Amino acid sequence: MNTLTTRTPLATYVVRHADDNVILGQRLAEYISRAPELEEDLAVANFALDHIGVAQHLFAYASAVEGDGRDADALAMLRSEREYTNLLLVEQPHADFAEVMARQCFFDAYQVLLWRRLSASTDETIAGVAQRAVKEATYHLRHSSGWVVRLGDGTDESHGRMQHAVDRMWRFTGEMFEGDDLDREMAALGVGVEPADLEEEWQATVDSILEEATLTRPADPYQATGGRRGLHTEFLGRLLAEMQWMQRSYGGLTW
Amino acid sequence: MSEHAGRARFAAIIEADEKVEPRDWMPDEYRANLIRQMAQHAHSEVIGMQPEANWITRAPTLMRKAILIAKVQDEAGHGLYLYSAAETLGVSRDELQEMLHSGRQKYSSIFNYPTLSWADVGAIGWLVDGAAIVNQIVLQGTSYGPYSRAMVKICKEESFHARQGYSIMMALVEGSDEQKAMAQDAIDRWWWPALMMFGPHDAESSHSERSMAWKIKRIKNDDLRQMFVDQTVPQAHYLGLTIPDPDLEFDEETGHWRIGEIDWDEFWRTIKGDGPLNRERIAHKVKAWEDGRWVREAATEYARKQRARLGKSA
Repeated sequence: MNTLTTRTPLATYVVRHADDNVILGQRLAEYISRAPELEEDLAVANFALDHIGVAQHLFAYASAVEGDGRDADALAMLRSEREYTNLLLVEQPHADFAEVMARQCFFDAYQVLLWRRLSASTDETIAGVAQRAVKEATYHLRHSSGWVVRLGDGTDESHGRMQHAVDRMWRFTGEMFEGDDLDREMAALGVGVEPADLEEEWQATVDSILEEATLTRPADPYQATGGRRGLHTEFLGRLLAEMQWMQRSYGGLTW
Repeated sequence: MSEHAGRARFAAIIEADEKVEPRDWMPDEYRANLIRQMAQHAHSEVIGMQPEANWITRAPTLMRKAILIAKVQDEAGHGLYLYSAAETLGVSRDELQEMLHSGRQKYSSIFNYPTLSWADVGAIGWLVDGAAIVNQIVLQGTSYGPYSRAMVKICKEESFHARQGYSIMMALVEGSDEQKAMAQDAIDRWWWPALMMFGPHDAESSHSERSMAWKIKRIKNDDLRQMFVDQTVPQAHYLGLTIPDPDLEFDEETGHWRIGEIDWDEFWRTIKGDGPLNRERIAHKVKAWEDGRWVREAATEYARKQRARLGKSA
C-alpha cells in the first residue's frame, strides 16, 4: 500500500525528489559541529543548505501544483512516515565520516546525472530548479569523491573504514535506478527521466572513483528497495520524529 | 631593525592610531595578550556552534532551518578566519585548539548555557549576537591589523545574525500564548548571561588596563555593557517582553538605562568551569576532534603519497 496522497502525478513526482533532498539535508545537519575539521563542518553545512534549498523549491512547487492549501512546510513536516518517498540511501545514518562521504558520493553522482537531464525538462519550474541544482551537485561530488579517494588511498585504517562505508551504503544504490509507472509517465511527457537511463553513467563514474581510491567494488548482489513506495528502513521514523517535532507539538502556528 | 628602533616604531604606531602588522616588532606581552584574546574569540565562535546546532534538526520550518544552518556555517567560518588571523602571531591552529581542549584557553561563557526551546535560538541571535556586535564594532578599531580586518568582515555577518534572532522573537510574540511564554522564558534565562558577556567591572578585569593602553581594547567593559543595555531595552519593550531585572530604570538625567547588580558569583563560577554545560561543550569538541583524527591522518598520508607520485612522474 502506497499511502502517498497528492492530487496529481506531477506533485507526487516533485515530492519524491524533494523528499530525497530534505531527508539528506536533515542527516547532514545532524553532523554539523561534529566534523574532523572546521573546514568540513563548513562543507557539510553547505551541502545541507543546498539540499534543503532544493527541497524548499520543490515542496513549494508541489504545493502550488496540488493547490489544496498544504504549504511547503506541511508537505515537508506533516506527513506520516509511509508518505515519504525518498530513496533509502539518504535516510541511512552515518557511523563516521567515511559513511557521511560514501552516502554523499553515491547520491551526488546520481544527482549530477538526474539534474543534468531535468535541466531540459519541459516543466519550466523543474528545469529551473535542476539548472541550479546541477551546479551544486557537481561541486558536492567533487568534494565527496575527493574524500572517498583520500580516505581509500590514505592510511590502512582509513582504507578499511572507507571500504566498510562503501560496503554499508552499496545495497541502497540500486534503488536509484528503479523506475515505476510514474517515472515512465513523467519521462514520456518530457517532464521527468527514466531512472534506468542514468545507471550506466553512474556506474562508470563510481567505478572510476573506487578505482582511484583503491577500493573494491562491493560484490554483494542484494539491493534494498521500497523508498519510492513509502517502505523505509527503521531509521526514517526517528529522523522524522526529530524533524517534525515542532510542527507536531504546536499545530498551526507561524514561526 | 634593532629592538630599540622596533620599540620606538611600535609606540609610534599605537600613538598615531595606526595598525600593527605581523612583521612589525611588538612587545612579547602585546603578542601574548592578542593571542589569548583572538584565540578566545575564535574558540567562542566554534563552541558557539553547539547550542545552535542543537536546534537545527528541530527547526520549525524549512526556512528557519536553512537560516540557522547558514548562521552556524558562518560561525565555523568566523572561527577559521580568526584562527588564521591568530596564526599571523606565530601560533598554530592545532596548538590553539589543544589549549581549548585542555582548558588552558577560554571561550565566551555564554555558550555554557543550554538552548532549551526554539525561542532560545531567537534569544541567542538577538541578545548574544547583539552583545557580540557591540564588542566587535569597537574591535574594528583595535590596533592589530589582521584582527581589525577580521572584525570588519565578521561584523557584516553578525548583523544578519542578530536580525534573524530578532525576527524569530518577533514571530513568537506575534504568535500564540504558548509562543509568547516561550519568548519570555528565553529572555528570562538569557538576559543576565548576555550582560555578563562584557566581562567583569573594569576594576576587576585582569587584562583591561594594559589592553586599553595598547589599544587592543578601545572601550571599557562597563561602557560597552551600557551601550548594549541602551540599545536592547527598547527592543525588548517593542517586543512586549519583560526584562527580568526589578531594578531596571531609565535615568532621565543621563539618558541611560540603569540595571541592577549582576550575579558575579554566577559569572565567576561559570568562567571557572562550573556553568551548566562547560564540561559537555568541551567533551563534544574533543570527541569530534578525536573521532576525526584518523581522517586528518589519512589526508596527510594521501598528500604525502601524491607528492611522491608526482615526484616520480616528473
